[in-house]
Amino acid sequence: MTPGVARLRQLRARVARIAGVVLPPVLMLALLGVVWEVLCSAPDATLPPPSKVVADTWELIIHPLYDNGGNDKGLFWHLFASLKRVSLGYALAASGGIALGVLIGSSKWAMRALDPLFQVLRTIPPLAWLPLSLAAFRDGQPSAIFVIFITAIWPIVINTAVGVRNIPEDYRNVSRVLRLNGFEFFTHIMLPAAAPYIFTGLRIGIGLSWLAIVAAEMLIGGVGIGFFIWDAWNSSLISDIILALIYVGIIGFLLDRVVAFTGKLAGRGTVSV
Amino acid sequence: MSAKRVEEYLKVEHLCKTFGSGEARSEVLRDISLDVARGEFIAIIGHSGCGKSTLLNIVAGLTEATSGYVFLEGREVHQPGPDRAVVFQNHSLLPWLTVYDNVRLAVDKIFRATKTSAERHEWTLRNLELVHMTSAMKKRPGEISGGMKQRVGIARALAMSPKVLLLDEPFGALDALTRAHLQEQVMQIHADLGNTVLMITHDVDEAVLLSDRIVMMTNGPAAQIGELHTVPLARPRNRLELIADASYIASRGKVLEFLHRKSHYVEAA
Repeated sequence: MTPGVARLRQLRARVARIAGVVLPPVLMLALLGVVWEVLCSAPDATLPPPSKVVADTWELIIHPLYDNGGNDKGLFWHLFASLKRVSLGYALAASGGIALGVLIGSSKWAMRALDPLFQVLRTIPPLAWLPLSLAAFRDGQPSAIFVIFITAIWPIVINTAVGVRNIPEDYRNVSRVLRLNGFEFFTHIMLPAAAPYIFTGLRIGIGLSWLAIVAAEMLIGGVGIGFFIWDAWNSSLISDIILALIYVGIIGFLLDRVVAFTGKLAGRGTVSV
Repeated sequence: MSAKRVEEYLKVEHLCKTFGSGEARSEVLRDISLDVARGEFIAIIGHSGCGKSTLLNIVAGLTEATSGYVFLEGREVHQPGPDRAVVFQNHSLLPWLTVYDNVRLAVDKIFRATKTSAERHEWTLRNLELVHMTSAMKKRPGEISGGMKQRVGIARALAMSPKVLLLDEPFGALDALTRAHLQEQVMQIHADLGNTVLMITHDVDEAVLLSDRIVMMTNGPAAQIGELHTVPLARPRNRLELIADASYIASRGKVLEFLHRKSHYVEAA
């Protein structure tokens, strides 16, 4: 067999492998698009078919960056505003959640005192916090950030606590023999040992944040993808809503991937063998 | 009195350990006393569940004794510390650190004040060399074999320059060939550095081959030291030459007889 033939075979195998991954979702998407088109093409259909969605929102798709002042901005700005709120609220939740998780994971008394409280608080739906935070902050912006914070913090706290509690006794013994102090134990043993759990919490947290922000923005108004959707509904621009939903889904997916990827990097080698 | 204790180096006095209280109370160790001289290699042998590991953990300071004392160079031992380095049964390497970093963590902690960074690097390498692990020092524990992990565990313990090296069934989980290889390395290290070693084992050949004295423990509950046997073999010892050696066979027979006759085997809980 000549090297050329071998290379050709290799190339063909690679193409087949890539096609095997890419083709199924693409075909499925096309199929769904066709079904949607057929279902919504009837004259009495309440929702627009995909062709109409694209035609209606073409201006929004090709001009994501326009800014006519006020709330009349391109989709990029709405998404950007939402992401800004989420990142602020999520950053607070991550730092507060990890700190609290470490506390209740390492102290029996903190666990007994706080765990029942957290178990109740975490069942409160995100939007139920909004009126209270509006009353407290008297402003939409901090209220939305607070809602993100309070939504994302519970899974982070709980998973961090489980991770810290599950640090193998062996690692604790190593640190005792070496006489590591509290800070050294925290950085050399606790954080890396609990990292897989912490990142599970962070990943659930980012998903919940993104769920909550859209709902919260519908109520607080201003610039943001949630408000954009609500505004579109009030103006009966159903195609705009559909486009916004697609963007929301894609961004949510990307956020999840980013956190998962960071976790993978940070958790390299933490799986005990 | 204190001068005598320094001479004795490691001294265990009337050690008792009871876990739990009331109905669930279980006495693990009863009145264990043992003197270990500097540079001596002691093997502690007994059936599983007899409290060998508890004894080692008390000497390490990881478990508190119910009563009795442990003295090292005349000073009572309460807490774990790098002067009594432990090689754990399951290696206990930190999986997120490389082989080098696992040893370096110990070296950095213990010699931060007394050695420069370059000296600590040298010292880390030297201890990895002792167990022939320099070639794999960039690898993580998950990427090396069980025997290699145990060697790194030994390097980490040696790097602490401990007064006493505590080995908790260090080769228990390894195959026979790897185990024999590591036993040779431990003998070599003991010959070179003259460490004082306390080793838990359930392998009669290992005990006779490696140690100067064998501590035979009775079965729990309330395990005691049943017999002490001094191994009358000159060093260096060669495993192949010893196969037919009369005093090797006698020592082996003595330990076997103790394990099978004088302490009835009870299934460990």
